[in-house]
Amino acid sequence: MKYAYYPGCSLEKTQRGYDESVREVFKTLDQELIEIDDWNCCGATVYMSVKETVSLAVSSRNLALAEKMGLDIMAPCSSCFTVLSKTNRVLNEIPEMHQDVNEALADGGLSYSGKTNVRHPLDILMNDVGIDAILKKQKQNLNGLKIAPYYGCQIVRPDKTFDDHENPVLMDRLFRKCGGEMVYFPMKVRCCGGMLMTTFEETALKLNKELLACAQDNGADVIVTTCPLCHFNLEAYQDKINKKFNTHFNTPILYFTQLLGIVFGLPPKTIGLDSSFIPLGQKISSLTETHYA
Amino acid sequence: MAELSNYLPGVMSKTETELREIFLDQVNAVPAGERIKRCIQCGTCTGSCPVSYAMDISPRELIALFRAGEMERIMKSRTIWICASCYACTTRCPSGIKITDTIYALKRTAMEKHLETTAPQVQTLASLFIDNLMRYGRLHEGTLIRRYYTKTGVWKFLDLIPLGMKMWKTKRIAILPKKIKAHASLSRIIKKAQDIEIRHMKEKLEYAPEFVGYRGLGDMKLEQRKGEQS
Repeated sequence: MKYAYYPGCSLEKTQRGYDESVREVFKTLDQELIEIDDWNCCGATVYMSVKETVSLAVSSRNLALAEKMGLDIMAPCSSCFTVLSKTNRVLNEIPEMHQDVNEALADGGLSYSGKTNVRHPLDILMNDVGIDAILKKQKQNLNGLKIAPYYGCQIVRPDKTFDDHENPVLMDRLFRKCGGEMVYFPMKVRCCGGMLMTTFEETALKLNKELLACAQDNGADVIVTTCPLCHFNLEAYQDKINKKFNTHFNTPILYFTQLLGIVFGLPPKTIGLDSSFIPLGQKISSLTETHYA
Repeated sequence: MAELSNYLPGVMSKTETELREIFLDQVNAVPAGERIKRCIQCGTCTGSCPVSYAMDISPRELIALFRAGEMERIMKSRTIWICASCYACTTRCPSGIKITDTIYALKRTAMEKHLETTAPQVQTLASLFIDNLMRYGRLHEGTLIRRYYTKTGVWKFLDLIPLGMKMWKTKRIAILPKKIKAHASLSRIIKKAQDIEIRHMKEKLEYAPEFVGYRGLGDMKLEQRKGEQS
């Protein structure tokens, strides 16, 4: 299958590990990703809180470009995923808004019907590609690696999406099949605070401390994420959390596509494992060394 | 009655009427926004919220205050700015109220009225974010963070140095922002959308004292629930 790939701003550089691993994993599975030419920022949750019509028009431009390509749009960033889905919902449910947005898009020589499907890579991997096709490409068993699957908020909420609101299971299913051990992780959909790390740091540090503690207490070797913002908050602020709460967290954080890359036996550099701030630890390193010593 | 309205219980002041007008307009633009009428004050939203412990007014109280005609108090709260928009409340609300979207509507109301708030840093970040998007078409995190801390507290930069070093070492910093090719076209789209928003803004409001309630939502039809009589 072919998909219109919408990386989003954070995947361009600061979260290159996600971008690189998504591309490599999809290549391995013979799925074609065509990056939307000249896409723009979706506006994230920030724009929505300021101007409605403008924010909808900004994100609709990307949906219109994907519509021209005749493909489903694939957005790995949870924030992009939610904003694009929400734009679709508003345009389809409020005709006046749809009309306004199209009036604005016309000034850029575009129009949008409201029909582009917005997909997350986890959804595509499990529902389009399927677990059987994935297992066919498996080269490395996860050898009981203890995994805390962290889904975050924005891919399972607010609307009916591809997994459950309270207890999503797709990642659990995927990595259990690959030989991983999923630890008890009741905070799998609890919020990391997102942008609060910039605006209300103290609150966000507490939220992330709770997430890290929950994973550690349940014996996780790694936390696997699906969202660049969750990933950054959990990874980059561990030092600060340790200092503030007198803890000793040193938990590696990986994107689910990076872990899948390890399962496929892809070279660590091609899936961005070299971009991690936290040492991956002996257990994960031994999984990658088997193929590329 | 107009002068007395501030003293009469249950009668809305002019500011209150104005704020409600804008807010209800915003709620109308939320799919299923009118369900706010269905609130049963059960507090599931507050119990589900990961940051309610840091709020001055809980999400449940927001709706109660709105009903009571206390928009001004809502606008002054830090609640609407600390919401991280995780939608836990929205998916659990037994009445199907779009609480997160309602809080967005409150944020937009405060932004539209340029009200002073207890958390100005959120507006600073929002306006810098938008400025960044308009300039380049994509977000350049480096520029955003640099400008944000210049405005809110330069000393915080020191805090960020170790993180910056790590990002540099792992090749995760783009030094210069890049403009998208179709920047001119995107700007035209934004400009037009802004014009449309201004066009929709209500003409100057005529104030007539009124009692609190769901004015403005009154003529909106709620979808019928299973087994409900019309």
